[in-house]
Amino acid sequence: MRSKRTDNHTWRKIKSALASTTAFVSAILVILPLGLVFFHLLINGISSVNWDFFTKLPAPVGEVGGGMANAIVGSLELLAIAGAIGIPVGVLGGVYLAEYGSARINSVLRFLADVLNGIPSITWGVVVYGLIVLRFKSFSALAGGLALALIMIPLILRTTEEVVLLVPNGYREAALALGVSRWKTIVHIVMKTASKGIITGILLALARVGGETAPLLFTAFGNRFWNHSLHEPIAALPLQIFTYAISPYDDWHRQAWAGALVLVTGIFCINVLVRFVTRDRGASVA
Amino acid sequence: MATPEQRVTERVEGAAQPPANSEPAPKLTFEAKNVSIWYGQKRAIEDISLNIISKAVTAIIGPSGCGKSTFLRALNRMHELTPKTRMEGTVLLHGEDLYSKTVDPAIVRRRVGMVFQKSNPFPTMTIGENVICGLRLNGVRNQKFLNERLEKSLRMAALWDEVKDDLHKPGTSLSGGQQQRLCIARALAVEPEVILMDEPCSALDPIATAKIEELIYELKAQYTIVTVTHNMQQAGRISDYTAFFYLGRLIEFGATTAIFTNPTERQTEDYITGRFG
Repeated sequence: MRSKRTDNHTWRKIKSALASTTAFVSAILVILPLGLVFFHLLINGISSVNWDFFTKLPAPVGEVGGGMANAIVGSLELLAIAGAIGIPVGVLGGVYLAEYGSARINSVLRFLADVLNGIPSITWGVVVYGLIVLRFKSFSALAGGLALALIMIPLILRTTEEVVLLVPNGYREAALALGVSRWKTIVHIVMKTASKGIITGILLALARVGGETAPLLFTAFGNRFWNHSLHEPIAALPLQIFTYAISPYDDWHRQAWAGALVLVTGIFCINVLVRFVTRDRGASVA
Repeated sequence: MATPEQRVTERVEGAAQPPANSEPAPKLTFEAKNVSIWYGQKRAIEDISLNIISKAVTAIIGPSGCGKSTFLRALNRMHELTPKTRMEGTVLLHGEDLYSKTVDPAIVRRRVGMVFQKSNPFPTMTIGENVICGLRLNGVRNQKFLNERLEKSLRMAALWDEVKDDLHKPGTSLSGGQQQRLCIARALAVEPEVILMDEPCSALDPIATAKIEELIYELKAQYTIVTVTHNMQQAGRISDYTAFFYLGRLIEFGATTAIFTNPTERQTEDYITGRFG
């Protein structure tokens, strides 16, 4: 009797150890790719990341050196254009979904936003190519920025809606009971309370589109030189990496590794920023 | 033959004017006439006629779900925030129809302040900002005026001495009872004519409750106060008039002493003596 009970106990311990080991290994497997990617980029790319990389234009084939200054600035420009269009539309749309509108229409809009979030990003490139590039007969920074904005909008819309809905109703009622108008309540009380969540959503959307290549192929197109006008093609880090990586030259391959390292580091920094923004959980929700 | 409903209404109409032991007729702040409110298909309150006397505390008591909060929220049109509400009847504030088409609900709420069950200081604002935010968001910019109003409101809410050195700290850093007094100060800062309180003490400990009750007693010198409570001892302590609601109807209304010592309705007596609810 006694020995049987002990057996049972041992078996339970083994099962428990088995379960926790499996969970641990799975967790490692999740982190492993990130570690491998970063490690690989570091090994292959670090040698080409130097002052020239950040300050010089790409060198012509055969010449040693050169950098991706135009692509780095181009990416930032594209993000600025995308943000200028995508942030207001996404945030205001999300606030509308959370605060106004009828339940039925809102559930349709919400569903459509989720569908948009699932559309492969190259589709947006093709759409903008058809709408803008063909009409104005030119690839352009504006077209590239618009394609990225279209990806950002449903992302920001949904995160904004969710964090705005998290704001307790008591704050809305308190403001309205002071005789504050509806829109002032939404702007000064609700959106302010949800601001951390909204900013997080915006940063994550920027990080997401910052690495997009496909939607830029037919819109921003890429440029080996500085871009002087929003109506001209513009270089972007992911595009430059793509072009260099599929080229036959070792020199360009090294530059592609370096570009990828810089891009991943940039996106990593945005994510760290997100952690920083959301760190102080004291005052407001979400 | 009058139906039971009609009889109740008649009695209520009769009781709606509190016993005239004071010679001049008391001044009325609110006159609610035949107010019914539906949430969708469900009728929350039915045919309520009730006068609220100025510069006095009126308590609305009754078991949960009897419509007392709904009636309170109808007094500053807060119930309209709930989707699919429908209302019949009229509510007059100093003789003016609150529900006339030309009246902006925001203006009504500026005149009729409200304090909620759960204290809700804005988490993004400091103690000071919380108090004057109603004025600020309504466009008041004069800093001197805001500072004066800040101190005055906090003093009236009996909170000034406790927070005067911490005005820059977050409103949410205060204790529960202090937060509720902060909310009262915030409501006072826009200088309303009436203050509605929806179970203001139900989330507070006895000491904090006593402070709020004392505050209510002091405020009634200047303000008309309507408070909802399901704590009958509290209604007895703080109110001058008491209305007893049951199942969406006004069962009895009168001076608090009369309601508590000598209720005319059987249901009121049963509720007050704790036989149900």
